[in-house]
Amino acid sequence: MSFPWANHYQPTNPLMKWMDEKLPLPRFVYNAIGAGYPVPRNLNYWWNFGVLAGFCLMIQIVTGIILAMHYAPNALVAFDSTEHIMRDVNWGWMMRYAHANGASAFFVVVYTHIFRGFLFSSYKAPREMIWLLGVVIFLLMMATAFMGYVLPWGQMSFWGAKVITGLFGAIPLVGEPLQVWLLGGFAPDNAALNRFFSLHFLLPFVILGVVILHIWALHIPGSSNPTGVEVKQESDTVPFHPYYTAKDGFGLAAFLVIYTAFVFFMPNALGHPDNYIPANPLSTPAHIVPEWYFWPFYAILRAFTFDFFFVPAKLLGVLAMFAAILVWFFLPWLDTSPVRSARYRPLLRKFIWFGFVPCMAALFYLGGAPAEEPYVMFSQLAAAYYFAHFLIILPIVSMIEKTKPLPNSITDAVLAKNGEAAAE
Amino acid sequence: MAEATIDNTAVADGDEGGVRRRDFIEIAAVSFGGVGALATLYPLISQMAPSKDVLAESSTEVDISAIQPGQAVKAVFRKQPLFVRRLTEKEIAAANAVDVGSLRDPKTLAEMTKEGHEDMLITMGVCTHLGCVPLGAGEGEVKGEFGGYFCPCHGSHYDTAARIRKGPAPTNLEVPEYEYTSDTTVKVG
Repeated sequence: MSFPWANHYQPTNPLMKWMDEKLPLPRFVYNAIGAGYPVPRNLNYWWNFGVLAGFCLMIQIVTGIILAMHYAPNALVAFDSTEHIMRDVNWGWMMRYAHANGASAFFVVVYTHIFRGFLFSSYKAPREMIWLLGVVIFLLMMATAFMGYVLPWGQMSFWGAKVITGLFGAIPLVGEPLQVWLLGGFAPDNAALNRFFSLHFLLPFVILGVVILHIWALHIPGSSNPTGVEVKQESDTVPFHPYYTAKDGFGLAAFLVIYTAFVFFMPNALGHPDNYIPANPLSTPAHIVPEWYFWPFYAILRAFTFDFFFVPAKLLGVLAMFAAILVWFFLPWLDTSPVRSARYRPLLRKFIWFGFVPCMAALFYLGGAPAEEPYVMFSQLAAAYYFAHFLIILPIVSMIEKTKPLPNSITDAVLAKNGEAAAE
Repeated sequence: MAEATIDNTAVADGDEGGVRRRDFIEIAAVSFGGVGALATLYPLISQMAPSKDVLAESSTEVDISAIQPGQAVKAVFRKQPLFVRRLTEKEIAAANAVDVGSLRDPKTLAEMTKEGHEDMLITMGVCTHLGCVPLGAGEGEVKGEFGGYFCPCHGSHYDTAARIRKGPAPTNLEVPEYEYTSDTTVKVG
């Protein structure tokens, strides 16, 4: 939303005036991420991660287009062309490491961004649509990342493709024909590799489109803030530029230090050595796990080792894994508390930091652990707690919790905090 | 305590000599970011230049022992055609009879060949106009008005020393770097 006190775009240069009449693109940018967008004055560093996610998407698109100039999506030469990128192409190693670690960085940033949503109930009205679009982006990211991991056509690529498409095989009646259709064969081969390449190229642009909708939906109510109290007056906001361009710029620099440390000094730390072995349909690697960013959901998938009534374990695991993300779609309605920020919701805050966070940490660890006891039992406990958090704890806490008094306005909250600091 | 804080702010933000500390920080930050962005552009651009495996293919050996006078072969050098032609006495005489000063790209036959091998004309088979392959190296192909090569795309005529004589091409056919590794072998590139 544009608040009434938002700065207005007033070009002074004749060329910019001419441009503004014909195609007001600079005006659009000014109102979206410039001085024309009033933003709550109290945003903390949790609010850096949206811009960082957009930056990661740009890294992935730029390095991805470059890699596609040198890569050959054919089962006979895909592995060799990846090595060609690593050895022969000028700076090819850097492009590939930037892309592979860029995917990890993107997920770190997006997981943090989503967690910010949990912590400050960013999904609540009037921002439900932003949240729903965000979950769609996350699902698209998972699909894109999975298909990208198949492209180097190493052992983990091949078996990842086989196992993940195997998930669809669990669906009753249509499962097996569906899996064969997805792969264009009975096992991953050239047909699967080619379509994965095509979709891996397409989906980032779909993500970009949904990101634009996500930001559009954000600009209708405006950004939320750590107090969860809506903007009421001009003194509650500052213009996005220069205040948050500077803050985001600092966050970006900090992010780049960590990201480039991975790209240049430990580029394979998050990967699997087995993926440097060419795909072999006759031999599965001993310890097969997806990339780290899928581990929580992989742990939930593997937690179901038992048939339940007449539903087979295989199907249950798949359903649970998808449900673990689909449940996010219902958050705006599962959480009925009138208060947003966990700062003023002491009980929810405790459940998030001492219940949900350890649960997610456990799922992350267990998803990468071997499929054997005691890991399976812990996966089952953690998966059960994961669903309980969203379906039982959150609705009950939001009903019974006695929340702390909210400040009258963002300005009041900021001044009160500064007053406390001065008193100390 | 509060007063001290205010004083610090005044010094930190103060405009002694009309330059604020903040101006310096701004210029330093934007310059640093700008240099970083430019440095990042370099690999993004140079990745499109020929890769190491392409550069590694950059020399070709040709066996010239079987080429008879009046005959030419097409070899491949850097994925482009290379014309290797043994001139007849008549062709050599025709090439040497031309007034070099009147040519568009003045070169003598000796300059187009190597010493002691004036009858071996080794040039790229790439028309210097827009890159088509000229005719004249293959058996029975048209050799143009000057008996050398003729490019069918836009009508450039080259003579028996591969010099441009008529048509739009700006220069003679390119003579690549090459050397005789023996009397019968040429290493190009």
